[in-house]
Amino acid sequence: MPAGISPFSCANGGGRRYSGIMSNTSSTLDVRIWRGGEDGAFQPFSVPRQEHQTVLDVVTYVQRELDPTLAYRFACRVGMCGSCGMTVNGRPRWTCRTHVETATRGSDVLELAPLRSLPIIRDLVTDMTPFFEKWQTAQGRATGSKTRADDTQKIDPASPRRQAADAAIECINCGVCYAACDVVASDPDYLGPAALNRAWTLMNDDREADRAGVLEAATAGGGCHSCHSHGSCVEHCPVGLNPSAGIAGLKRLSLLAMVGGKI
Amino acid sequence: MQAAALLFLAQRASALVLAPLVLVHLGLAIYAIHGGLTAAEILGRTQGSAGWTLFYGLFVVAAAVHAPIGLRNVLREWLGLKGLGVNLVLVGFGAVLLLLGLRAVAAVTGI
Repeated sequence: MPAGISPFSCANGGGRRYSGIMSNTSSTLDVRIWRGGEDGAFQPFSVPRQEHQTVLDVVTYVQRELDPTLAYRFACRVGMCGSCGMTVNGRPRWTCRTHVETATRGSDVLELAPLRSLPIIRDLVTDMTPFFEKWQTAQGRATGSKTRADDTQKIDPASPRRQAADAAIECINCGVCYAACDVVASDPDYLGPAALNRAWTLMNDDREADRAGVLEAATAGGGCHSCHSHGSCVEHCPVGLNPSAGIAGLKRLSLLAMVGGKI
Repeated sequence: MQAAALLFLAQRASALVLAPLVLVHLGLAIYAIHGGLTAAEILGRTQGSAGWTLFYGLFVVAAAVHAPIGLRNVLREWLGLKGLGVNLVLVGFGAVLLLLGLRAVAAVTGI
């Protein structure tokens, strides 16, 4: 819950007052925020626009100035922690690094809802438990084989497998891809792009001691073969990862393993 | 062996087989209609033909593998139907496709 950090530059929540607002938009935003649980509804708020205002700024303004009971989640405000994911005008986004201008696309309407496909706790806060449980089901955790007595394992940064791992490793666990995925929305068993992306990094990590186990977990029912390659995860990933490519890689590895009689 | 991986492979492999067969089949249908071939003329070309028997036999087998797997995904994702019962119904659906298809191939080719 927000506390102690003000994204606004003065106590009344006004901050720098709207110099440099886009000329074709009004000085206030018509904000509609989801309130309550699964059976909740949108509540309208009027929020002053500011230059370079982020969606998280808007939510914080509402909570501090208009309705202190609004529940939402954030931590770092700089796109690292992955906790401020919400549905913004129908698209899952990280709100701390999404400018209002980008999300509204020239309009004055900002509709904020919790991330899709996750249980709503209240208002904009979802229960991320299924997301992280699936992460574990996909065996998205490193298994080591060395002790402190062993030398550090040498990894060539230029090797193709390390490059593949590096390309997928910067996931911030925000759940945006999970909410964007239509297969997740329709198949509760599907592990989702983030968990499978993590499995893919492990499959390419020379330090991973249980690659067979990871592949088996990522290939089982609800695993990589459930992906329809729609690419919504790629389209919406805020840090520009390509989980679809990783999932395709897992499919490839699983078919090779199956043909080789290893799974 | 992982069932999910096996089904995935079976669906892709059968699609690979079906793609050219469907194109040839459609082209053939258009040719037959435009050319004004009668049923008797068509049967005259297919009866006893090992080539057409192989072509449509393969078509039927690939379709009988491909369709139930796709239908299974649709039932799982759109209707939430899963479990052994659904799988058995789909195996039955595939068997019906196979039997009806092979029966038609036998009738057309006479083999």
